[in-house]
Amino acid sequence: MSMRWDVLIVGAGPAGMAAAVAASRGRLRVAVLDDNAAAGGQIWRRGLGETAEPAKQKMLHAFKECGAVLLAGRRVVQAPEPGVLEAWCDETNVLERYHYDRLILATGARERFLPFPGWTLPGVMGAGGLQALVRGGYDVRGKRVVVAGTGPLLMAVAAHLKHDGAKVVAICEQASMARMLPFAAQLAKKPSKILQAVALGANLRGVSYKTGCWPVAAIGNGRLQHVELTDGRRRWTEQCDLLACGFHLVPNLELPLLFGCRVENDAVAVNAMQQTSVAGVYCAGEPTGIAGVDAALLQGEIAGLAAAGNTGGAEKLVARSKAERAFGEAMTSAFRLRDEVLRLCDANTIVCRCEDVSYGSLKALADEKNNWTDAKLLTRCGMGPCQGRVCGPAVEALFGWKNASVRPPVFPVPIAAFITEPQSEFDNQQALQEMQ
Amino acid sequence: MPESRLITVQVNGKAVSVPAGSMVSAAMLKAGDLCRVSVTGEPRSALCGMGICFECRAVINGVAHSRSCQVACREGMTVETQR
Amino acid sequence: MQFDVLILGAGIVGSACALECARAGMKVGIVEPNVPANGASAAGMGHIVVMDDSPAQLALSRYGRELWQQMRQALPATVEYEQCGTLWVAADEEEMQEVHAKQRTYASVGVETEILDAQALEHAEPQLRKGLAGGLRVPGDGVIYPPAAARFFLDEAIRLGATLLRGVLPVAAAQGRVKLQDGSGLSAGAIVIATGVNTSLVPWITVQPRKGHLVITDRYPGFVRHQLVELGYLKSAHKLTADSVAFNVQPRQTGQLLIGSSRQYSDAVPDVDAAILRRMLDRASEYLPRISELSAIRVWTGFRAATPDKLPLIGPTPDRSVFLAMGFEGLGITNAPGAARLVGDYLLGREPAIDRTPFLPGRALKQAEAMRA
Ligand SMILES: Cc1cc2nc3c(=O)[nH]c(=O)nc-3n(C[C@H](O)[C@H](O)[C@H](O)COP(=O)(O)OP(=O)(O)OC[C@H]3O[C@@H](n4cnc5c(N)ncnc54)[C@H](O)[C@@H]3O)c2cc1C
Ligand SMILES: Cc1cc2nc3c(=O)[nH]c(=O)nc-3n(C[C@H](O)[C@H](O)[C@H](O)COP(=O)(O)OP(=O)(O)OC[C@H]3O[C@@H](n4cnc5c(N)ncnc54)[C@H](O)[C@@H]3O)c2cc1C
Ligand code: FES
Repeated sequence: MSMRWDVLIVGAGPAGMAAAVAASRGRLRVAVLDDNAAAGGQIWRRGLGETAEPAKQKMLHAFKECGAVLLAGRRVVQAPEPGVLEAWCDETNVLERYHYDRLILATGARERFLPFPGWTLPGVMGAGGLQALVRGGYDVRGKRVVVAGTGPLLMAVAAHLKHDGAKVVAICEQASMARMLPFAAQLAKKPSKILQAVALGANLRGVSYKTGCWPVAAIGNGRLQHVELTDGRRRWTEQCDLLACGFHLVPNLELPLLFGCRVENDAVAVNAMQQTSVAGVYCAGEPTGIAGVDAALLQGEIAGLAAAGNTGGAEKLVARSKAERAFGEAMTSAFRLRDEVLRLCDANTIVCRCEDVSYGSLKALADEKNNWTDAKLLTRCGMGPCQGRVCGPAVEALFGWKNASVRPPVFPVPIAAFITEPQSEFDNQQALQEMQ
Repeated sequence: MPESRLITVQVNGKAVSVPAGSMVSAAMLKAGDLCRVSVTGEPRSALCGMGICFECRAVINGVAHSRSCQVACREGMTVETQR
Repeated sequence: MQFDVLILGAGIVGSACALECARAGMKVGIVEPNVPANGASAAGMGHIVVMDDSPAQLALSRYGRELWQQMRQALPATVEYEQCGTLWVAADEEEMQEVHAKQRTYASVGVETEILDAQALEHAEPQLRKGLAGGLRVPGDGVIYPPAAARFFLDEAIRLGATLLRGVLPVAAAQGRVKLQDGSGLSAGAIVIATGVNTSLVPWITVQPRKGHLVITDRYPGFVRHQLVELGYLKSAHKLTADSVAFNVQPRQTGQLLIGSSRQYSDAVPDVDAAILRRMLDRASEYLPRISELSAIRVWTGFRAATPDKLPLIGPTPDRSVFLAMGFEGLGITNAPGAARLVGDYLLGREPAIDRTPFLPGRALKQAEAMRA
């Protein structure tokens, strides 16, 4: 007989870890699946040169001690029936099958990328992307970096890059100061966030932070050499080795959609207990709406408590969680994309990087009232290995096309995954004993 | 960055040394080599760093289309640009 | 609005019919409730192949392939036409005997083939497992990307004056009138029903959905060079009831591999069926052992429109204003241009190039009556 986890969590970022810690208080069998090699998620990504912030150390420690099992290096790819999900493990080349009673989806967010001329050149990376690559050992010492796009991530990334030895040439935030003021007022109400902002500011002394400024083209012969920037009035170029460019975050909705969770306004719909429209399935962190790490931690804790049956405990956190959500909304509004950044492409600019589909071919379809399905069928936009994770949010911003359909596997897997019977990894005595 | 042991991998036939714990993407970026060539022949390299964009695909130890940002370097590994 | 002909359904068959009629100068309307080419035409493999399961099918598929070849120059690059040929793979000596029989059949209708022995097979397709007996190469067969082809036909028809009525659902068609869901109507001298697997407009015919799975991989240029099909494929395609799988792997122009094929009658939901998918891929890896290492990007299913005798329904119905072009099972991409010609022949009173009687919809009516009795 195969074992059933009382609470199974997908994602070991702040939300997933907080959920695991909370659920484990009820002496339940709890496991967390994550595709990375270690717990931490995006903000606390483990790796070379990682920093030791107190909040992170505290959570990593609590998670380690809580008794939940971390199943790292596992990518959840499909859910063949209710109560069952399957994950691919690259290390062993095995498709593993997990049974659960209650499920918490804490799949986090990814960066939104917007196409502009030259954005496919080597040397142009995501903002969080470059930070992650540095944690993965990429040495940026002495490299000239322009950080651009939108969102609070730009500052954080710039501070990290500086700490890692890069020369941050400029930070270009597309949002205007006027738009960001209400958000700054929200920040002022949150001592912990103020501290964070001050710390970032201190780290960034000497780096120009320009608001109302965005990249219009990345230029170089075979790789990035300089980037052309604008503030809407004038254009100038900045020599650089790297352009770290991301336009805030979009939730990872593939798994929630696969499980049939209702999605509203681009976020998983949940009640105060983080329960989705599907019985027994909870969702916490960025998939319920981009709101930052504090929201992720609170939502994770609520979901963990609720999934463990401790609704009383969870209810005590609801008010704080609501406040964090309001903070998230203010943030979303502060960093809303200006029209100009949606008009950067020329006809030849690649929009779908997997299939090399140009802006011109998509625009022609959009002009003739075609939708995303037409575009996929006719140009194969979104049909490559990233399965629309990069171009999907871009075409939504550019043309208003929405992609709400997901198909298993939600990540590419070797054909072998479908040939061999999935293995129920934890159905033996030994694994159970290990847990006790 | 704390000093650590170095690992050497072969990127398109060139020896590249990176700190232990580095991902293959780090070695490719250090070598200045492309990760892959796109459908229409454009040079491409890592974008997202987190395993979702598939731009960092390379041939790692003979396995095509491996995401170099998700695979840790091991001594003696061979890495080639995905064409 | 008054049309000479109304085509219901903008899959590859309806679109090809629309183009045929528009070319003949008719005033054409095409009605599609959904996105054009969203149905089987978006799901299918796009193998342009001569099939010899019956003399009628052989004639139609040969005709279809010839028309595809003639169009070749006019097709846009997005259609990805590639004459890669089919290689029917024989596993053992018994199947090798069939190879010879198959060659004779193809020769009888002037279709060029070449017999490969074990060594020649290995040379032609090095990824195939060792120890296979040989195969039959059909060099004139090819591969296309069906949704782009369907859309090309549709766009051409529109360019020639046809009208696309998109997002409109026909709920009845008789006596030169098409009733739409919103209560309004359209009229035409003739109506061509090309609704694929959907028989709601012609409930008296028997078309069963026959589910198939497909898997697409990342790019592995040169992994295989021909569309590879096991000789036992026809046995699988011909089973009337049981679920079956067959080795069927297609090289796309992009370097991707498209892997089929499965056939299921019982299953009417589009969800992926893990058990049959496993059988299908297991079969593929028996022939191409290294296929299991390749990265699968996506898995999907589609429904073939299967008639009891496996032949499509093309031609007039008892209601003389209503014509059918449906029931193409696993050959609608190959057969679309030929079927469109036959429809055009009926509407314009032209002499058909092949015997069209085996496809007359009347037989479906008889079958239905026989079943009722
Ligand atoms: C690239 C990036 C960098 C960021 N850097 C910062 C920063 O420096 N500072 C800051 O304040 N905020 C940063 N953020 C924002 C931060 O991630 C959020 O504010 C918050 O921490 C999210 O927590 P979470 O638990 O909801 O999600 P995440 O931390 O994103 O965790 C989700 C986890 O789920 C895993 N996962 C997703 N799908 C699957 C699957 N199918 N199978 C298995 N595992 C899966 C992911 O790999 C990930 O580990 C960053 C975001 C991104 C995308
Ligand atoms: C897995 C699989 C593999 C295949 N491989 C091949 C192959 O390699 N080679 C080959 O030749 N064939 C192949 N086929 C078969 C081929 O795909 C079909 O025969 C062909 O696409 C049928 O085209 P169609 O236009 O008849 O139907 P469809 O493409 O299904 O079009 C029917 C259209 O009618 C519309 N419609 C539905 N109801 C109504 C209504 N009431 N009024 C108006 N419109 C309506 C639908 O929205 C749809 O757009 C394969 C099929 C499958 C499933
Ligand atoms: S850089 Fe995006 S998947 Fe590796």
